[in-house]
Amino acid sequence: MMLKKITILGGSDKDGAAEKVRRLDIQAGQVLSVVGPTGSGKTQLIADVEQYAEEETLTGRSILVNGQPVDKDRHKSSLRYMVAQVSQNMHFVIDMSIEDFLLMHAQVRAIDDPAKTIKDVLSIANRLSGEPISLQMNLTRLSGGQSRALMVADVALISNSPVVLIDEIENAGINRLEALHILTGRGKIVLVVSHDPTLILMAGERVVMKNGGMHKVFKTAPEEKQILENLIEIDKEFVSLREKLRYGKSVGVAGSNKEGVALWPKF
Amino acid sequence: MRFVIVAGTPSSGKTSVMIHTISHLLNEGLSVAVCKIDCLETSDDVRYRRLGVAVAVGLADYICPDHFYVANLEEIERWAKEQKADLLVLETAGLCHRCAPAVHTCLSVCVIDNLIGIDTPRKVGPMLSTADVIVITKGDMVSQAEREVFRFKVSEVNPGARILDLNGLTGQGSLSLKNEILNSALPTEISGKELKYPMPAAICSYCAGETIVGKSYQMGNVKKVDFGRME
Ligand SMILES: Nc1nc2c(ncn2[C@@H]2O[C@H](COP(=O)(O)OP(=O)(O)O)[C@@H](O)[C@H]2O)c(=O)[nH]1
Ligand SMILES: [Mg+2]
Repeated sequence: MMLKKITILGGSDKDGAAEKVRRLDIQAGQVLSVVGPTGSGKTQLIADVEQYAEEETLTGRSILVNGQPVDKDRHKSSLRYMVAQVSQNMHFVIDMSIEDFLLMHAQVRAIDDPAKTIKDVLSIANRLSGEPISLQMNLTRLSGGQSRALMVADVALISNSPVVLIDEIENAGINRLEALHILTGRGKIVLVVSHDPTLILMAGERVVMKNGGMHKVFKTAPEEKQILENLIEIDKEFVSLREKLRYGKSVGVAGSNKEGVALWPKF
Repeated sequence: MRFVIVAGTPSSGKTSVMIHTISHLLNEGLSVAVCKIDCLETSDDVRYRRLGVAVAVGLADYICPDHFYVANLEEIERWAKEQKADLLVLETAGLCHRCAPAVHTCLSVCVIDNLIGIDTPRKVGPMLSTADVIVITKGDMVSQAEREVFRFKVSEVNPGARILDLNGLTGQGSLSLKNEILNSALPTEISGKELKYPMPAAICSYCAGETIVGKSYQMGNVKKVDFGRME
Protein backbone atom coordinates (compact mmCIF):
# COMPACT_ATOMS: atom_id res chain seq x y z
CA MET A 1 0.00 0.00 0.00
CA MET A 2 1.44 3.40 -1.07
CA LEU A 3 0.74 6.07 1.50
CA LYS A 4 -0.30 9.39 -0.02
CA LYS A 5 -2.31 11.02 2.70
CA ILE A 6 -3.40 10.71 6.31
CA THR A 7 -6.59 12.37 7.53
CA ILE A 8 -7.53 13.07 11.12
CA LEU A 9 -11.29 13.44 11.64
CA GLY A 10 -12.04 15.48 14.75
CA GLY A 11 -13.63 13.96 17.84
CA SER A 12 -14.11 15.74 21.14
CA ASP A 13 -12.00 17.61 23.68
CA LYS A 14 -11.58 16.93 27.40
CA ASP A 15 -15.04 18.34 28.20
CA GLY A 16 -16.71 16.26 25.51
CA ALA A 17 -17.28 19.30 23.25
CA ALA A 18 -16.64 18.77 19.53
CA GLU A 19 -13.12 19.65 18.44
CA LYS A 20 -12.96 22.90 16.48
CA VAL A 21 -10.93 21.29 13.72
CA ARG A 22 -13.17 18.69 12.08
CA ARG A 23 -10.80 17.46 9.42
CA LEU A 24 -7.05 17.67 8.97
CA ASP A 25 -5.29 16.23 5.89
CA ILE A 26 -1.56 15.60 5.89
CA GLN A 27 0.02 14.77 2.52
CA ALA A 28 3.17 12.72 1.89
CA GLY A 29 6.25 14.93 2.20
CA GLN A 30 4.46 17.32 4.52
CA VAL A 31 5.49 18.27 8.05
CA LEU A 32 2.82 19.10 10.58
CA SER A 33 3.87 20.54 13.90
CA VAL A 34 1.71 20.00 16.94
CA VAL A 35 1.84 22.86 19.42
CA GLY A 36 0.17 23.86 22.66
CA PRO A 37 0.85 24.06 26.39
CA THR A 38 1.66 20.99 28.47
CA GLY A 39 -1.46 18.88 28.99
CA SER A 40 -3.25 20.30 25.93
CA GLY A 41 -3.39 16.91 24.19
CA LYS A 42 -0.34 16.89 21.88
CA THR A 43 0.90 13.43 22.80
CA GLN A 44 -2.61 11.98 22.61
CA LEU A 45 -2.96 13.28 19.04
CA ILE A 46 0.25 11.48 18.10
CA ALA A 47 -0.99 8.36 19.88
CA ASP A 48 -4.27 8.44 17.92
CA VAL A 49 -2.37 8.54 14.64
CA GLU A 50 -0.08 5.76 15.80
CA GLN A 51 -2.91 3.38 16.59
CA TYR A 52 -5.19 4.48 13.71
CA ALA A 53 -7.96 5.51 16.07
CA GLU A 54 -11.41 4.37 15.01
CA GLU A 55 -13.58 6.60 17.18
CA GLU A 56 -12.82 4.31 20.10
CA THR A 57 -10.01 6.17 21.82
CA LEU A 58 -10.72 8.77 24.49
CA THR A 59 -10.84 11.54 21.90
CA GLY A 60 -13.24 9.79 19.52
CA ARG A 61 -11.10 10.74 16.52
CA SER A 62 -10.86 8.64 13.37
CA ILE A 63 -7.87 8.28 11.14
CA LEU A 64 -8.19 7.76 7.39
CA VAL A 65 -5.37 6.45 5.23
CA ASN A 66 -5.51 7.66 1.61
CA GLY A 67 -9.00 8.93 2.37
CA GLN A 68 -10.32 5.53 3.46
CA PRO A 69 -11.04 4.08 6.89
CA VAL A 70 -8.42 1.55 7.90
CA ASP A 71 -9.27 -2.12 7.74
CA LYS A 72 -7.16 -3.06 10.73
CA ASP A 73 -7.61 -6.78 10.40
CA ARG A 74 -6.75 -6.99 6.74
CA HIS A 75 -3.79 -4.61 6.81
CA LYS A 76 -2.55 -5.31 10.29
CA SER A 77 1.03 -6.21 9.41
CA SER A 78 1.53 -3.57 6.73
CA LEU A 79 0.02 -0.92 9.00
CA ARG A 80 2.38 -1.80 11.78
CA TYR A 81 5.31 -0.84 9.63
CA MET A 82 3.75 2.43 8.51
CA VAL A 83 4.50 4.45 11.60
CA ALA A 84 7.83 4.94 13.32
CA GLN A 85 8.12 6.99 16.45
CA VAL A 86 11.06 8.90 17.86
CA SER A 87 9.91 9.22 21.44
CA GLN A 88 11.27 11.11 24.40
CA ASN A 89 13.59 8.44 25.73
CA MET A 90 17.28 9.22 25.48
CA HIS A 91 18.99 5.89 26.06
CA PHE A 92 19.17 2.40 24.63
CA VAL A 93 18.58 -0.55 26.95
CA ILE A 94 19.85 -3.36 24.73
CA ASP A 95 23.36 -4.30 25.75
CA MET A 96 25.26 -4.94 22.50
CA SER A 97 27.52 -3.19 20.02
CA ILE A 98 26.03 -0.65 17.63
CA GLU A 99 27.16 -2.76 14.68
CA ASP A 100 25.53 -6.00 15.87
CA PHE A 101 22.35 -4.21 16.77
CA LEU A 102 21.99 -2.32 13.50
CA LEU A 103 22.65 -5.51 11.55
CA MET A 104 19.95 -7.26 13.55
CA HIS A 105 17.51 -4.43 12.94
CA ALA A 106 18.35 -4.39 9.24
CA GLN A 107 17.59 -8.12 9.13
CA VAL A 108 14.22 -7.59 10.85
CA ARG A 109 13.34 -4.93 8.29
CA ALA A 110 14.67 -7.08 5.40
CA ILE A 111 17.11 -4.38 4.19
CA ASP A 112 18.87 -5.32 0.93
CA ASP A 113 22.42 -4.22 1.62
CA PRO A 114 22.78 -4.21 5.42
CA ALA A 115 26.54 -3.51 5.50
CA LYS A 116 26.19 -0.37 3.40
CA THR A 117 23.03 0.76 5.18
CA ILE A 118 24.56 0.62 8.62
CA LYS A 119 27.55 2.68 7.41
CA ASP A 120 25.08 5.29 6.16
CA VAL A 121 23.22 5.20 9.47
CA LEU A 122 26.47 5.80 11.29
CA SER A 123 27.48 8.70 9.10
CA ILE A 124 24.10 10.38 9.56
CA ALA A 125 24.30 9.81 13.31
CA ASN A 126 27.71 11.46 13.31
CA ARG A 127 26.36 14.45 11.40
CA LEU A 128 23.70 14.90 14.08
CA SER A 129 25.77 14.27 17.18
CA GLY A 130 28.49 16.52 18.52
CA GLU A 131 30.39 13.59 19.96
CA PRO A 132 31.72 11.00 17.50
CA ILE A 133 30.12 7.55 17.37
CA SER A 134 31.73 4.35 16.09
CA LEU A 135 30.22 0.98 15.22
CA GLN A 136 32.15 -0.82 17.96
CA MET A 137 30.65 1.26 20.78
CA ASN A 138 28.14 -0.39 23.09
CA LEU A 139 24.61 0.99 22.79
CA THR A 140 24.11 1.36 26.52
CA ARG A 141 27.27 3.47 26.92
CA LEU A 142 26.17 6.20 24.50
CA SER A 143 25.41 9.66 25.85
CA GLY A 144 21.89 11.06 25.51
CA GLY A 145 22.89 13.07 22.44
CA GLN A 146 24.64 10.14 20.76
CA SER A 147 21.70 7.83 21.46
CA ARG A 148 19.17 10.30 20.08
CA ALA A 149 21.30 10.88 16.96
CA LEU A 150 21.49 7.15 16.32
CA MET A 151 17.75 6.72 16.91
CA VAL A 152 16.94 9.41 14.34
CA ALA A 153 19.38 7.96 11.79
CA ASP A 154 17.95 4.49 12.30
CA VAL A 155 14.36 5.69 11.86
CA ALA A 156 15.41 7.52 8.69
CA LEU A 157 17.18 4.60 7.01
CA ILE A 158 16.31 1.25 8.59
CA SER A 159 12.78 1.62 9.97
CA ASN A 160 12.11 3.85 6.96
CA SER A 161 8.35 4.08 7.61
CA PRO A 162 6.25 6.52 5.58
CA VAL A 163 4.95 8.19 8.74
CA VAL A 164 7.29 9.48 11.42
CA LEU A 165 6.11 10.80 14.77
CA ILE A 166 8.56 12.92 16.73
CA ASP A 167 8.02 13.91 20.33
CA GLU A 168 10.03 16.89 21.59
CA ILE A 169 13.24 16.45 19.67
CA GLU A 170 14.59 19.76 21.01
CA ASN A 171 15.57 18.07 24.26
CA ALA A 172 17.94 15.84 22.42
CA GLY A 173 21.17 17.81 22.37
CA ILE A 174 21.64 17.08 18.67
CA ASN A 175 21.48 19.16 15.53
CA ARG A 176 17.69 19.14 15.41
CA LEU A 177 17.21 21.13 12.21
CA GLU A 178 19.43 18.70 10.35
CA ALA A 179 17.53 15.83 11.97
CA LEU A 180 14.22 17.16 10.66
CA HIS A 181 15.70 17.66 7.18
CA ILE A 182 16.94 14.08 7.11
CA LEU A 183 13.58 12.70 8.18
CA THR A 184 11.48 14.79 5.80
CA GLY A 185 13.86 14.33 2.90
CA ARG A 186 12.22 11.15 1.64
CA GLY A 187 8.59 12.07 1.10
CA LYS A 188 7.55 11.01 4.58
CA ILE A 189 4.67 12.42 6.57
CA VAL A 190 6.21 13.90 9.69
CA LEU A 191 4.36 14.99 12.83
CA VAL A 192 6.51 16.96 15.26
CA VAL A 193 5.43 17.79 18.78
CA SER A 194 7.47 20.84 19.67
CA HIS A 195 7.84 23.96 21.81
CA ASP A 196 10.71 25.24 19.70
CA PRO A 197 9.81 28.19 17.39
CA THR A 198 12.36 27.15 14.75
CA LEU A 199 11.02 23.61 14.50
CA ILE A 200 7.41 24.81 14.63
CA LEU A 201 7.95 27.22 11.73
CA MET A 202 9.87 24.66 9.69
CA ALA A 203 6.62 22.76 9.32
CA GLY A 204 4.34 23.82 6.48
CA GLU A 205 1.39 23.70 8.86
CA ARG A 206 0.80 23.64 12.56
CA VAL A 207 -2.14 22.50 14.60
CA VAL A 208 -2.76 24.23 17.91
CA MET A 209 -4.04 22.00 20.70
CA LYS A 210 -6.26 23.26 23.50
CA ASN A 211 -8.00 21.35 26.30
CA GLY A 212 -7.42 18.02 24.57
CA GLY A 213 -8.82 19.13 21.22
CA MET A 214 -7.47 20.36 17.86
CA HIS A 215 -8.26 24.06 18.17
CA LYS A 216 -6.90 25.71 15.05
CA VAL A 217 -4.74 24.98 12.01
CA PHE A 218 -2.28 27.55 10.65
CA LYS A 219 -0.36 27.47 7.38
CA THR A 220 3.10 28.91 7.92
CA ALA A 221 2.76 32.43 6.45
CA PRO A 222 5.40 34.08 4.20
CA GLU A 223 6.26 36.54 7.00
CA GLU A 224 6.73 33.61 9.34
CA LYS A 225 9.04 31.96 6.83
CA GLN A 226 11.11 35.17 6.91
CA ILE A 227 11.27 34.92 10.68
CA LEU A 228 12.28 31.29 10.27
CA GLU A 229 15.27 32.36 8.13
CA ASN A 230 16.41 34.65 10.94
CA LEU A 231 15.89 31.95 13.53
CA ILE A 232 17.98 29.52 11.51
CA GLU A 233 20.80 32.10 11.36
CA ILE A 234 20.53 32.62 15.12
CA ASP A 235 20.56 28.87 15.57
CA LYS A 236 23.74 28.50 13.51
CA GLU A 237 25.36 31.27 15.50
CA PHE A 238 24.29 29.55 18.70
CA VAL A 239 25.71 26.20 17.63
CA SER A 240 28.96 27.78 16.53
CA LEU A 241 29.32 29.62 19.84
CA ARG A 242 28.62 26.46 21.75
CA GLU A 243 31.20 24.49 19.81
CA LYS A 244 33.83 27.19 20.24
CA LEU A 245 33.26 27.30 23.96
CA ARG A 246 33.29 23.53 24.24
CA TYR A 247 36.59 23.28 22.40
CA GLY A 248 38.39 25.84 24.50
CA LYS A 249 38.15 29.00 22.40
CA SER A 250 37.20 32.48 23.53
CA VAL A 251 34.27 34.27 21.93
CA GLY A 252 33.45 37.92 21.33
CA VAL A 253 37.10 38.95 21.86
CA ALA A 254 38.86 40.67 18.92
CA GLY A 255 40.83 38.14 16.96
CA SER A 256 39.21 35.19 18.64
CA ASN A 257 37.71 33.98 15.37
CA LYS A 258 41.09 33.61 13.70
CA GLU A 259 42.71 30.24 13.34
CA GLY A 260 45.62 29.44 15.57
CA VAL A 261 44.67 31.61 18.52
CA ALA A 262 46.68 30.42 21.50
CA LEU A 263 44.50 28.45 23.84
CA TRP A 264 44.22 29.53 27.46
CA PRO A 265 46.35 32.67 26.88
CA LYS A 266 45.98 33.75 30.49
CA PHE A 267 47.63 30.69 31.91
CA MET B 1 -18.60 -17.00 30.45
CA ARG B 2 -15.36 -16.07 28.73
CA PHE B 3 -12.19 -17.22 30.48
CA VAL B 4 -8.99 -15.24 29.97
CA ILE B 5 -5.73 -16.49 31.45
CA VAL B 6 -2.99 -13.90 31.89
CA ALA B 7 0.62 -14.88 32.46
CA GLY B 8 3.98 -13.23 31.91
CA THR B 9 7.37 -12.40 33.29
CA PRO B 10 7.60 -10.67 36.70
CA SER B 11 6.61 -6.97 36.69
CA SER B 12 5.99 -7.00 32.96
CA GLY B 13 2.75 -5.07 33.47
CA LYS B 14 0.12 -7.84 33.65
CA THR B 15 -2.03 -6.03 36.21
CA SER B 16 -1.62 -2.61 34.57
CA VAL B 17 -2.56 -4.02 31.17
CA MET B 18 -5.61 -5.85 32.48
CA ILE B 19 -6.85 -2.87 34.49
CA HIS B 20 -6.99 -0.72 31.34
CA THR B 21 -8.55 -3.52 29.33
CA ILE B 22 -11.15 -4.39 31.97
CA SER B 23 -12.25 -0.73 32.15
CA HIS B 24 -13.03 -0.86 28.42
CA LEU B 25 -14.93 -4.12 28.92
CA LEU B 26 -16.91 -2.62 31.79
CA ASN B 27 -17.80 0.30 29.49
CA GLU B 28 -19.25 -2.25 27.09
CA GLY B 29 -21.54 -3.40 29.87
CA LEU B 30 -19.78 -6.69 30.67
CA SER B 31 -19.64 -8.02 34.19
CA VAL B 32 -16.10 -9.05 35.10
CA ALA B 33 -14.57 -11.18 37.87
CA VAL B 34 -10.83 -11.27 38.53
CA CYS B 35 -8.82 -13.94 40.31
CA LYS B 36 -5.14 -13.53 41.10
CA ILE B 37 -2.95 -16.57 41.73
CA ASP B 38 0.44 -15.96 43.32
CA CYS B 39 3.01 -17.70 45.50
CA LEU B 40 3.38 -15.98 48.83
CA GLU B 41 1.68 -12.60 48.69
CA THR B 42 0.13 -10.07 46.36
CA SER B 43 -1.36 -6.60 46.47
CA ASP B 44 -2.87 -6.77 42.99
CA ASP B 45 -6.31 -7.46 44.50
CA VAL B 46 -6.33 -3.91 45.89
CA ARG B 47 -5.69 -2.51 42.41
CA TYR B 48 -8.38 -4.67 40.77
CA ARG B 49 -10.93 -3.84 43.48
CA ARG B 50 -10.70 -0.17 42.55
CA LEU B 51 -12.46 -1.13 39.32
CA GLY B 52 -15.45 -2.22 41.38
CA VAL B 53 -15.28 -5.83 40.13
CA ALA B 54 -15.40 -9.08 42.12
CA VAL B 55 -11.87 -10.11 43.13
CA ALA B 56 -10.47 -13.32 44.62
CA VAL B 57 -6.90 -14.23 45.56
CA GLY B 58 -5.29 -17.67 45.71
CA LEU B 59 -1.85 -18.08 47.27
CA ALA B 60 0.01 -21.30 46.54
CA ASP B 61 2.15 -20.93 49.67
CA TYR B 62 3.89 -24.30 50.23
CA ILE B 63 2.49 -25.94 47.09
CA CYS B 64 4.12 -25.76 43.67
CA PRO B 65 2.37 -22.70 42.16
CA ASP B 66 1.78 -24.35 38.81
CA HIS B 67 0.11 -27.40 40.29
CA PHE B 68 -1.85 -25.19 42.68
CA TYR B 69 -3.06 -23.19 39.66
CA VAL B 70 -4.28 -26.15 37.65
CA ALA B 71 -5.84 -27.86 40.64
CA ASN B 72 -8.01 -24.81 41.31
CA LEU B 73 -9.32 -23.93 37.85
CA GLU B 74 -12.73 -25.53 38.35
CA GLU B 75 -13.22 -23.83 41.71
CA ILE B 76 -12.19 -20.45 40.31
CA GLU B 77 -14.59 -20.86 37.42
CA ARG B 78 -17.43 -21.79 39.77
CA TRP B 79 -16.70 -18.77 41.95
CA ALA B 80 -16.76 -16.44 38.94
CA LYS B 81 -20.09 -17.88 37.79
CA GLU B 82 -21.50 -17.24 41.25
CA GLN B 83 -20.44 -13.60 40.78
CA LYS B 84 -22.58 -13.62 37.60
CA ALA B 85 -19.55 -12.70 35.56
CA ASP B 86 -19.57 -12.63 31.74
CA LEU B 87 -15.81 -12.68 31.81
CA LEU B 88 -13.29 -14.23 34.16
CA VAL B 89 -9.75 -12.84 34.17
CA LEU B 90 -7.21 -15.08 35.89
CA GLU B 91 -3.87 -13.37 36.47
CA THR B 92 -1.13 -15.82 37.33
CA ALA B 93 2.21 -14.90 38.84
CA GLY B 94 5.11 -16.84 40.23
CA LEU B 95 4.78 -19.73 37.78
CA CYS B 96 8.16 -21.13 36.87
CA HIS B 97 9.38 -20.74 33.30
CA ARG B 98 9.10 -24.47 32.80
CA CYS B 99 5.31 -24.22 32.90
CA ALA B 100 2.56 -22.55 30.94
CA PRO B 101 -0.93 -21.94 32.29
CA ALA B 102 -2.62 -22.03 28.86
CA VAL B 103 -5.69 -24.27 28.60
CA HIS B 104 -7.24 -25.22 25.26
CA THR B 105 -10.36 -23.10 24.50
CA CYS B 106 -9.48 -20.36 27.02
CA LEU B 107 -7.86 -17.20 25.67
CA SER B 108 -4.33 -17.12 26.99
CA VAL B 109 -2.49 -13.83 27.12
CA CYS B 110 1.23 -13.53 27.81
CA VAL B 111 2.56 -10.13 28.87
CA ILE B 112 6.24 -9.46 28.31
CA ASP B 113 8.11 -6.15 28.42
CA ASN B 114 10.65 -4.50 26.15
CA LEU B 115 13.20 -4.16 28.95
CA ILE B 116 13.93 -7.80 29.67
CA GLY B 117 16.48 -8.20 26.91
CA ILE B 118 16.29 -9.63 23.41
CA ASP B 119 17.50 -13.10 24.36
CA THR B 120 14.84 -13.52 27.03
CA PRO B 121 11.87 -14.37 24.77
CA ARG B 122 13.71 -17.58 23.88
CA LYS B 123 14.17 -18.42 27.57
CA VAL B 124 10.62 -17.66 28.68
CA GLY B 125 9.61 -20.91 27.05
CA PRO B 126 6.13 -22.45 26.92
CA MET B 127 4.43 -19.55 28.71
CA LEU B 128 5.22 -17.47 25.63
CA SER B 129 5.05 -20.11 22.95
CA THR B 130 1.56 -21.38 23.94
CA ALA B 131 -0.07 -17.93 24.21
CA ASP B 132 -2.84 -16.88 21.82
CA VAL B 133 -2.14 -13.20 22.32
CA ILE B 134 1.19 -11.68 23.31
CA VAL B 135 1.20 -8.21 24.81
CA ILE B 136 4.47 -6.27 24.70
CA THR B 137 4.70 -3.42 27.22
CA LYS B 138 7.11 -0.60 28.09
CA GLY B 139 7.65 0.42 24.48
CA ASP B 140 7.77 3.98 25.81
CA MET B 141 11.10 3.19 27.48
CA VAL B 142 12.98 2.03 24.38
CA SER B 143 13.68 3.20 20.85
CA GLN B 144 11.73 2.36 17.70
CA ALA B 145 14.58 0.09 16.61
CA GLU B 146 14.57 -1.81 19.90
CA ARG B 147 10.79 -2.24 19.76
CA GLU B 148 11.01 -3.70 16.27
CA VAL B 149 13.87 -6.07 17.07
CA PHE B 150 12.23 -7.23 20.30
CA ARG B 151 8.92 -7.88 18.60
CA PHE B 152 10.70 -9.91 15.94
CA LYS B 153 12.41 -12.04 18.61
CA VAL B 154 9.02 -12.64 20.25
CA SER B 155 7.41 -13.63 16.96
CA GLU B 156 10.18 -16.15 16.34
CA VAL B 157 9.22 -17.96 19.56
CA ASN B 158 5.50 -17.92 18.77
CA PRO B 159 4.81 -17.21 15.08
CA GLY B 160 1.09 -17.92 15.36
CA ALA B 161 0.22 -15.49 18.15
CA ARG B 162 -1.30 -12.04 17.71
CA ILE B 163 1.21 -9.56 19.08
CA LEU B 164 0.00 -6.26 20.55
CA ASP B 165 1.99 -3.27 21.75
CA LEU B 166 0.46 -1.86 24.88
CA ASN B 167 1.51 0.90 27.24
CA GLY B 168 0.62 -0.17 30.77
CA LEU B 169 0.87 3.40 32.08
CA THR B 170 -1.39 5.18 29.58
CA GLY B 171 -3.40 2.20 28.34
CA GLN B 172 -2.53 2.95 24.72
CA GLY B 173 -3.22 -0.23 22.78
CA SER B 174 -5.64 -1.68 25.34
CA LEU B 175 -8.58 -1.29 22.94
CA SER B 176 -6.99 -3.91 20.72
CA LEU B 177 -6.72 -6.32 23.64
CA LYS B 178 -10.35 -5.63 24.51
CA ASN B 179 -11.30 -6.55 20.94
CA GLU B 180 -9.21 -9.73 21.07
CA ILE B 181 -11.10 -10.75 24.20
CA LEU B 182 -14.51 -9.94 22.76
CA ASN B 183 -13.70 -11.85 19.58
CA SER B 184 -12.40 -14.93 21.39
CA ALA B 185 -14.48 -18.09 21.40
CA LEU B 186 -16.81 -18.77 24.31
CA PRO B 187 -15.56 -21.88 26.11
CA THR B 188 -18.17 -24.23 27.49
CA GLU B 189 -16.72 -25.34 30.80
CA ILE B 190 -13.19 -25.70 32.04
CA SER B 191 -13.73 -29.28 33.33
CA GLY B 192 -12.24 -31.80 30.96
CA LYS B 193 -10.27 -29.23 28.97
CA GLU B 194 -6.59 -29.85 28.40
CA LEU B 195 -3.46 -27.93 29.35
CA LYS B 196 -1.58 -26.91 26.22
CA TYR B 197 1.70 -27.88 27.85
CA PRO B 198 2.04 -30.58 30.51
CA MET B 199 3.39 -29.65 33.92
CA PRO B 200 6.55 -31.32 35.22
CA ALA B 201 6.37 -34.32 37.48
CA ALA B 202 7.53 -33.23 40.91
CA ILE B 203 6.92 -35.89 43.47
CA CYS B 204 10.02 -35.90 45.62
CA SER B 205 10.72 -35.41 49.31
CA TYR B 206 11.16 -31.64 48.80
CA CYS B 207 7.61 -31.43 47.49
CA ALA B 208 6.61 -32.79 50.86
CA GLY B 209 8.50 -30.23 52.89
CA GLU B 210 12.00 -31.71 53.18
CA THR B 211 14.65 -28.98 53.66
CA ILE B 212 17.92 -30.85 54.24
CA VAL B 213 20.40 -31.20 51.36
CA GLY B 214 21.72 -34.69 50.70
CA LYS B 215 21.04 -37.95 48.94
CA SER B 216 19.75 -39.76 51.98
CA TYR B 217 17.01 -37.15 52.37
CA GLN B 218 15.81 -37.58 48.81
CA MET B 219 12.92 -39.83 47.86
CA GLY B 220 10.62 -40.27 44.94
CA ASN B 221 11.12 -38.72 41.51
CA VAL B 222 14.68 -37.32 41.61
CA LYS B 223 16.63 -36.32 38.51
CA LYS B 224 20.39 -35.68 38.59
CA VAL B 225 22.62 -33.46 36.44
CA ASP B 226 24.32 -35.39 33.63
CA PHE B 227 27.92 -34.15 33.75
CA GLY B 228 28.86 -36.20 30.70
CA ARG B 229 26.80 -33.97 28.43
CA MET B 230 28.85 -32.34 25.68
CA GLU B 231 27.84 -28.92 24.26
N1 LIG C 1 7.05 2.85 31.52
C1 LIG C 1 6.16 1.85 31.58
N2 LIG C 1 5.92 1.24 32.76
C2 LIG C 1 5.02 0.26 32.80
C3 LIG C 1 4.33 -0.17 31.64
N3 LIG C 1 3.51 -1.19 32.00
C4 LIG C 1 3.68 -1.38 33.33
N4 LIG C 1 4.58 -0.51 33.82
C5 LIG C 1 5.06 -0.43 35.22
O1 LIG C 1 5.70 -1.65 35.54
C6 LIG C 1 5.50 -1.98 36.92
C7 LIG C 1 4.91 -3.39 37.06
O2 LIG C 1 3.58 -3.36 36.56
P1 LIG C 1 2.48 -4.42 37.06
O3 LIG C 1 1.26 -4.14 36.27
O4 LIG C 1 2.36 -4.40 38.53
O5 LIG C 1 3.17 -5.77 36.57
P2 LIG C 1 2.81 -7.31 36.90
O6 LIG C 1 3.66 -7.69 38.06
O7 LIG C 1 3.21 -8.03 35.68
O8 LIG C 1 1.36 -7.39 37.18
C8 LIG C 1 4.59 -0.90 37.47
O9 LIG C 1 5.41 0.04 38.14
C9 LIG C 1 3.96 -0.30 36.24
O10 LIG C 1 3.60 1.04 36.44
C10 LIG C 1 4.61 0.49 30.39
O11 LIG C 1 4.08 0.18 29.31
N5 LIG C 1 5.53 1.49 30.43
MG1 LIG D 1 0.39 -8.26 38.83
